[in-house]
Amino acid sequence: MTFLAAAPHLENISFANAGIVALLGYAVVFFGLILLMVVITIMGKIFSAKKAVPAAKTAAPAAAAPAAEIPASQMPKDLAPGTAGQLKLYDTPPKTAAMIMAIVADQMGKPLNELRFISIKEVK
Amino acid sequence: MIDIGEILLNLWNKSGFSAIFANFAGGGWQNLVMLVIACVLLYLAIVKQFEPLLLVGIAFGCLLSNLPLGGLYHPELWSKFMAHEIGYGTVMLEGGLLDIFYIGVKTSLYPCLIFMGVGAMTDFGPLLSNPKSLLLGAAAQMGVFAAFFGAVCLGFTGPEAASIGIIGGADGPTAIFLTSKLAPHLLGGIAVAAYSYMALIPLIQPPIMNAMTSAKDRKIKMVQTRVVSKTEKIIFPIMVTIFVALLLPDTAALIGCLMLGNLFKETGVTDRLSDTVQNALMNIVTILLSTAVGATMVGSTFLTADTLKIVVLGVVAFGLSTAGGLVGGNIMCKLTKGKVNPLIGSAGVSAVPMAARVANTVGQKNNPSNFLLMHAMGPNVAGVIGSAIAAGFLLSVFG
Repeated sequence: MTFLAAAPHLENISFANAGIVALLGYAVVFFGLILLMVVITIMGKIFSAKKAVPAAKTAAPAAAAPAAEIPASQMPKDLAPGTAGQLKLYDTPPKTAAMIMAIVADQMGKPLNELRFISIKEVK
Repeated sequence: MIDIGEILLNLWNKSGFSAIFANFAGGGWQNLVMLVIACVLLYLAIVKQFEPLLLVGIAFGCLLSNLPLGGLYHPELWSKFMAHEIGYGTVMLEGGLLDIFYIGVKTSLYPCLIFMGVGAMTDFGPLLSNPKSLLLGAAAQMGVFAAFFGAVCLGFTGPEAASIGIIGGADGPTAIFLTSKLAPHLLGGIAVAAYSYMALIPLIQPPIMNAMTSAKDRKIKMVQTRVVSKTEKIIFPIMVTIFVALLLPDTAALIGCLMLGNLFKETGVTDRLSDTVQNALMNIVTILLSTAVGATMVGSTFLTADTLKIVVLGVVAFGLSTAGGLVGGNIMCKLTKGKVNPLIGSAGVSAVPMAARVANTVGQKNNPSNFLLMHAMGPNVAGVIGSAIAAGFLLSVFG
């Protein structure tokens, strides 16, 4: 690392030293971002695990309850013939959702009734 | 009796026209050429809409500083400043309006405030949901170091070559930040090259993308990534600031401001600050920054062979950075057995969100049902961090 120690004298850098600086710099960028990737991955796993625990807790009592206890009046209504299911909207007004679906269909060049939208969520 | 002829003669002698034509061979021609260049840049900004928010200011700053006898900008004052013969106080006392504007560039105030605005406008969610994007952001810094090496080969000094290389990071504020510290005499050329090429990304990148990827790979659809929680988004800027600033302290100013802006956006309790940074502050700083950078384009330093070399090296840097990102994308595509579309690698050059949009557009040309935008945003914002780290490294070596 003698060339780094001699940084103030690098005004007139030689080709060889320039090549070393370039390779080292590229390696440092990779090193920094790989370390960051590891940290973010660990953080993501911790948060995913935290999310999974309460979900499992709520799912367990629900599974234990007998299915027959649900009154017939509260059962979901039969879906209309030909429907592909319900569209879930998160923070998205129905008008905006309709526009988004029309734009997507137009961009893809496919009729809207041949597409299935599962959910639309506003990314904040 | 008043000598009207003498008054008119004095008026002529004190005019800028006289300064240009009386000293035409000694520098007047440079003023004229720079005025033409300023008008060409204004045309590109207004008619062709090349990064107009910045280029209008840069071009007008260039126009103002090349009007003789205007006294708005004094390059000789900054030469003395660089030689440590005078300080900011003297610049404030003896300088013109654009000299005072330029203090904000010299102190790195404007690039850092712009980075704060960029942070407040950036959603790091795609990066958090797919951390492997960071590898593409790193791969796409290849052009920075290749152009640095190329610049040394063309006879530039180490600090100058480092400033030219950072054009490949496709990040205007970072390029200005580094150049103002290492090679301020090249600031005008480097800023114009960086912002012009960023505007030309939709023209520069697609041919390279098509050449370096197969038609089959370009059609790959990527699966939706996981939803990132609010808490993760709040922790991220704090964690990155600590981590990157400890790794490379020279990046602390840039990364710190980028992440502070992002924290304002994500906390949910500083909406007013986030709004100010994204809009009012960003606009004010853009005016000051662009005009001050344009003012450095003085004929005597701009009209040299070095500027032409910078223009050529800049496009090489952009192209190689795109190629580096695509190589990374191809490798990830093979390693994941076709789950990653290699086109998103090209978004690893910063230029948020233009590069991600280009990746999405090229992807949709090959498969109209392919939506790569959010997948490409991961490498895109990783490129911002990557170019800041590259700048920090070059600053620590040559600063």
